[in-house]
Amino acid sequence: MIAILALQGAFAEHQQMLCRLGEESVLIRNLADWNSFISISDCPKGLILPGGESTTMMRLMKDLELLQPIREAIVGGLPVFGTCAGLILLDHDHLNTMDIIAKRNAYGRQLGSFEISHDIKGLGAIPMTFIRAPYIAEAGPNVEVLSTYDGRIIAARQGQQLVTAFHPELTTDTRVHELFIKEYMISAK
Amino acid sequence: MENRTILNRNLAQMLKGGVIMDVTTPEQARIAEAAGACAVMALERIPADIRAAGGVSRMSDPKMIRGIQEAVTIPVMAKCRIGHFAEAQILEAIEIDYIDESEVLSPADDIYHIDKRQFKVPFVCGAKDLGEALRRINEGATMIRTKGEPGTGDIIQAVRHMRMMQSEIRRIKGMEKDELYEVAKQLRVPFDLVEYVHENGKLPVVNFAAGGVATPADAALMMQLGAEGVFVGSGIFKSGNPEKRAQAIVKAVTNYDNPKILAELSEDLGEAMVGINESEIQLLMAERGK
Repeated sequence: MIAILALQGAFAEHQQMLCRLGEESVLIRNLADWNSFISISDCPKGLILPGGESTTMMRLMKDLELLQPIREAIVGGLPVFGTCAGLILLDHDHLNTMDIIAKRNAYGRQLGSFEISHDIKGLGAIPMTFIRAPYIAEAGPNVEVLSTYDGRIIAARQGQQLVTAFHPELTTDTRVHELFIKEYMISAK
Repeated sequence: MENRTILNRNLAQMLKGGVIMDVTTPEQARIAEAAGACAVMALERIPADIRAAGGVSRMSDPKMIRGIQEAVTIPVMAKCRIGHFAEAQILEAIEIDYIDESEVLSPADDIYHIDKRQFKVPFVCGAKDLGEALRRINEGATMIRTKGEPGTGDIIQAVRHMRMMQSEIRRIKGMEKDELYEVAKQLRVPFDLVEYVHENGKLPVVNFAAGGVATPADAALMMQLGAEGVFVGSGIFKSGNPEKRAQAIVKAVTNYDNPKILAELSEDLGEAMVGINESEIQLLMAERGK
């Protein structure tokens, strides 16, 4: 069972990905949604922080009183997968659960958005879509780098936390989501 | 499909579930960003003032737009006149994130819209019905919004346009495949776009509501009618407490189907924009650019 933070952004695309993989998901729009997700106890669980605007999501997490509960759950070991804005949300200046500093809009404005096929550790080459994307400017010693592009970190792991600067949910390639379910959620049990 | 078109449709997907706010100064842009806007629309005068001032209304001063680009980290959009591809070229040159080829400004061409496929930068266009939406998409628009009636604070036209689009989409979805050729003729659009709607029950691009949104309840109404996000023009900075209203509308779009949360955030917002009723309007902006 995967909770998808559905405050703003491309959460529906993640839900479609999970649906293709036969994984159940719930959308989190408020504290009541979160509390009912947390009370589920008989299956491996995970959380997805989708792409969108990180400032918008931060504002809404604070206003809807989701910030602390989500942070505590991640620190407590809930596996989490952040794409693009979701990567930013886990960095030092936001939820601060990962030892990374993200550089926002690192490739410039929309004219700098791009698409490549590129290697990620454990999966080989996958399609990667970067939309006004960030990269990881600094990573601590506990962070495992999963992919770099142009000398910059674009995917990383720390414990049960997975982040990508690109959007696997915008492609038809389900391998990153599968990886998250198998190696972060199920092995975490 | 071309790579750029897909990337531009993708940016619109990232804006979903969000509120795009009209701003006229860097200060307003910062207020909008802090309130949780997912993008801002930089323009010299908001639609209510354009309506009041009359005269020819054009693309904003690039310097003013740059000032707003520097003030915020969220995407910045700007408007050009319908058919005015030179204004669009200028906006592309300053690396705007999205161009709104907008009926709010005075149209520059009463026959041709901009050939948006010639641009790298993405375009959003207004539509009153499915035919208009698909014609704009065929010209290269990668995001659609209802036209509504800008600068009025009256939601009736946005509702009408969204309902019209949704009911036409449902009708096409339920058709036999061999009936789609006739629909393509009637709507004056290519067959493959009609086929997409038939198979997917939605537009091939993100569809926002715009034109007349003034309250959190207006935003929630449009989301429940099928909008994927909301543009708010005059509704915020023409109201008594822009900051609070902006935050409330952002939250209303996220929890559009939760009346309890909507009730809480609709409290104590101060004066809404005064507004003009549909029957009192002399200029129907929605009739521009079909």
